[in-house]
Amino acid sequence: MEIKQLYREIVNEHNLHPSHKRNLDNPTMVLQGINPSCGDDINLQLKVKDGIIEDAAFNGSGCAISQASTDMMIDLIIGQTKEEALKLAGTFMGMIKGETTEEEIEVLDEAAALQDISHMPARVKCAVLGWRTMRQMVEELNRQEVKDADVTAAGSSECGAGPCGVK
Amino acid sequence: MNTLIEQYRRDFPILQGNDVIYFDNAATSQRPVQVMEAMRGFNDTCNANPLRGLYAWSVEATEAYERARETVADFIGAAHAREIIFTRNTTESMNLVAYSYGLSVCRPGDEIVITVMEHHSNILPWQMVARQTGAKLVYMEPLADGTLTDEEIESKITDKAKIVSVGHVSNVMGVTNPIRKIADAAHAAGAVMVVDGAQSTPHMPVNVRDLGADFYAFSGHKMMGPMGIGVLYGREDLLDAMPPFLTGGEMIEYVTRESATYAELPHKFEAGTVNATGAVGLEAAISYMKKVGFDLIMGQEELLTKRLMAALKEIPEITVYGSSDPTRHCGIVTFNIDGCHPHDVSSVLDTEHVDIRAGHHCAQPLMKFMGVGSTARASLYFYNTEEEVDRFAEKVSKVRGWLGYGN
Ligand SMILES: Cc1ncc(COP(=O)(O)O)c(C=O)c1O
Repeated sequence: MEIKQLYREIVNEHNLHPSHKRNLDNPTMVLQGINPSCGDDINLQLKVKDGIIEDAAFNGSGCAISQASTDMMIDLIIGQTKEEALKLAGTFMGMIKGETTEEEIEVLDEAAALQDISHMPARVKCAVLGWRTMRQMVEELNRQEVKDADVTAAGSSECGAGPCGVK
Repeated sequence: MNTLIEQYRRDFPILQGNDVIYFDNAATSQRPVQVMEAMRGFNDTCNANPLRGLYAWSVEATEAYERARETVADFIGAAHAREIIFTRNTTESMNLVAYSYGLSVCRPGDEIVITVMEHHSNILPWQMVARQTGAKLVYMEPLADGTLTDEEIESKITDKAKIVSVGHVSNVMGVTNPIRKIADAAHAAGAVMVVDGAQSTPHMPVNVRDLGADFYAFSGHKMMGPMGIGVLYGREDLLDAMPPFLTGGEMIEYVTRESATYAELPHKFEAGTVNATGAVGLEAAISYMKKVGFDLIMGQEELLTKRLMAALKEIPEITVYGSSDPTRHCGIVTFNIDGCHPHDVSSVLDTEHVDIRAGHHCAQPLMKFMGVGSTARASLYFYNTEEEVDRFAEKVSKVRGWLGYGN
């Protein structure tokens, strides 16, 4: 898609009228994502419960591509499990690197329109900012869970040590 | 269109047979065929390692390289070719001064005075010197139109100053700074005056002695020369007293297992095999510039800048930064379009074959000072035309529409 058409058909709408540009009430996690060289700056907020991304939103400023890409990403990840969200991120990153097939990127819905960014190296950073930030957050949440699980496991093995654990 | 301009424009192969509007000349200029031919001539007739071989080609290569040095010395009014050090670019020249001079002379409590308008290459080396020596980095701040007032100069350059380092022309505002005045203040305070000439040498005659510059740095690639060759002018007595920046081959007189004595100027500062082809290209660029003449260069730039700024004024959503006087811009016009991020502006203009710069222009402290995240910049050179300016303005007026406003 020619870039003017990309702006006209997809990017402008999400940039000028984003659906998810707001603040969440009680986010599970908030993370700032920045591209220092462009001045793109987003503040991504996730609400995660039982491994599912129940809600997400963003704030910030930057170029239309970074803003629109984040807005489209949030459309995709709300209601998904963390693992599904990570998988989508993998697909999106793969698309931007030009490593995916047309079928593979169907799951990205509107965001698949950004595939031509792979021919614009200068804009890649803008397109992936939201996704990169989301991936970082989910990975951090997973790490915290593992830590919590370790603590629980350690705790239980302590009290349940020995034959008394097998009742 | 000016027939002379039209004629010179034909010397630039890249500007032929396409409709690209190249307005990113402050980042790097285009090169005329004469420069490429000179480099080719060196390559095809006397390519050998200069200063080393004892045979004819090497001797000729040395002569070509040293002739280029003479040309540069003459071009900026240096007293001797010994005061001309070839580097890779302005950035390397600035680092040379910072490491070899700055680290040697600065002590805790001393001050290094720069301006908030500087390119990162005239900020980071001084931050390094300040960190390592305990000296303090002091920023002069201009008015909104880019003017550095006498009061600002006098109040910031005090007896504590050891080094004052200022860009001759700002790569964002386009203003020409009052170097002579600043140099006088620096010298009165006992400091040396370092000038970043990256954006001045392409546009105006420069005389380092009239300016009062003790060091003067510039890049070949911004003045029609090749990439990879730059210059540091330094006053002979200062260079003489400085330790070398890089060490190795070529810059020595005598080496034992434990120590070495250094070669004389300028070779003390040119360690390793030099970029002779680049120097020959720079010499050709200077010759070309002299042939065109600064009257024509400056006249055309002024004509185009006036036309461009007048056209941009007609578009209500556009803000132009710096002075409202086009003669104070050196062909550099930095602007923003309401609601449009400069990167989007540049991307849609690219589809129209318009090349401009968008971002922070390696001047983040200035962006912060101006209260903007980033900006778009059109920078003109004498080979640009009125027709290009008109076409550019017309396309810029459509950008908001392309980015979804008013559809
Ligand atoms: C004012 C100024 N100083 C320094 C530089 C650095 O020049 P170079 O990248 O050739 O070292 C530039 C160019 O970008 C500049 O505009």
